[in-house]
Amino acid sequence: MNCLQVLSKRIFFVLLASITFWFPASASDHPVAEEKTAHEEFIPGEFIIDHIKDSHDWHILTKKNGEHVSVYLPVILYSQNSGLNFFMSGKLAHGHSYLGFAYSEETGKIVEMNEAGETIGTPLDFSITKTVAGMMLAAVVILFLFLRMGNSYNKTKNIVPKGFNGFLEPMIVFIRDEIAIPNIGHHKYERFMPYLLTAFFFILVNNIMGLIPFFPFGANVTGNIAVTMVLALITFVITQVSGTKDHWKHVFATPGVPVWLAPIMIPVELIGLFSKPFALMIRLFANITAGHIVVLSLVSLIFIFKALWVSSVSIPMVLFIDVLEILVAFLQAYVFTLLSALFIGLAAKEHHHA
Amino acid sequence: MDLVTPGIGLIFWTTFIFFLLLIILRVFAWKPILNAVKNREASIKSALDSAEKAKDDMKKLQSKNEEILQKAKQEREALMKEAREVKDRIINEAKEKAQQEAAKLIESARLNIRNEKTAAIAEIKAQVAILSVEIAEKILREKLTQSKEQDALISRLLDDVKIN
Repeated sequence: MNCLQVLSKRIFFVLLASITFWFPASASDHPVAEEKTAHEEFIPGEFIIDHIKDSHDWHILTKKNGEHVSVYLPVILYSQNSGLNFFMSGKLAHGHSYLGFAYSEETGKIVEMNEAGETIGTPLDFSITKTVAGMMLAAVVILFLFLRMGNSYNKTKNIVPKGFNGFLEPMIVFIRDEIAIPNIGHHKYERFMPYLLTAFFFILVNNIMGLIPFFPFGANVTGNIAVTMVLALITFVITQVSGTKDHWKHVFATPGVPVWLAPIMIPVELIGLFSKPFALMIRLFANITAGHIVVLSLVSLIFIFKALWVSSVSIPMVLFIDVLEILVAFLQAYVFTLLSALFIGLAAKEHHHA
Repeated sequence: MDLVTPGIGLIFWTTFIFFLLLIILRVFAWKPILNAVKNREASIKSALDSAEKAKDDMKKLQSKNEEILQKAKQEREALMKEAREVKDRIINEAKEKAQQEAAKLIESARLNIRNEKTAAIAEIKAQVAILSVEIAEKILREKLTQSKEQDALISRLLDDVKIN
């Protein structure tokens, strides 16, 4: 047990260290303020999309004189011309180019240029972006919570859950008793529990951390299509891998359907296979993104009207939506886990056709 | 459009972080937690079962006790009844014996009395005979010339003296 504790502590510190590692490139090192922003017209659409989208630095606040305070994050690029490149995103701030890389003016993505300033290619961007950083922080939180919990459960037999574990355990038991067992069945559910639990808490913690508006929270992780795509793909792969003979028979020779209908049925069934994870991906992405957009729009109202009294209307509204979003955070984590279990259960169950 | 275009970097990092989480949590969190929950449930179930069993046993024991008590009561009653019977019998026997004894005593007393009486009568008879002889002697002394009629008279008289 001791080595486990040491391991969990080590992981914690490594991740903690990697967070602090991002800090050196804070904006105070780059006092080049963009004077024009102070008098710039407030464009709510831009402001909202800026938040929703991923970025290479983590914007914390904009000072009164228009100076941005941001945390610069590591940029990792792989280009066919120059191989692997690693530098802090501060090097690219304010339209600067570094090692031939710069933000493209049209797409905002990092592009590679030659000496003449011509674009010669788009490198593969493996940067620790704001979303990745937020996700890592969520991972640290999850590891901290559950390694501690697992450790204490490992130590004593017949432990009575204490403190925060008493809050987490009912959720774990809920996922087992209300999601996994009813949908997958008594005999097979245990194999899928690690995935369902990890997915649930990964989504939940990211959802909740996304609702906290201060640094280092507020990253729109689960409202990012790439993140939800990966999660949905994992569910898809697990579903297909654990599919029984019946599952495949259902796809390629649906029982009770005449053979001459196969040219129609097989494509329909195949579309069915892919539409399930697709729905998973879109549902989580849209729900979380929509929540962020609604909250930010309501906050933007104050700046659109440039009047303080608007806040007396929009702040209660934001509060209401935020509370609603807490519900949505739990609900979407639940729905994703439930549907994953359902899809896995449908594929893994032995059907008995009359 | 940018919003719904998944970036390669994020796909990579999400996959990496998620699988790292999955692997670490699977070994160090989910396994011990789920096992502990399972064990606890099993122990609660067994505790409930044993409590139920204890309750049943208690009930059985109680009914057994009741039975034993009932039996003891019956036995006591039977014993009392028997004792009463024995008592009655002893008393009756004693009474009978006493009566018999008394009867025997009375009988022997009566026999004694009769014997005494017979003896007494015989004695009286003897005395009377002696007296008679004496009388006769006296008479004879006075009247030696007495006739046979006089002797007959004497014997008749003597017979009359016989009691009974």
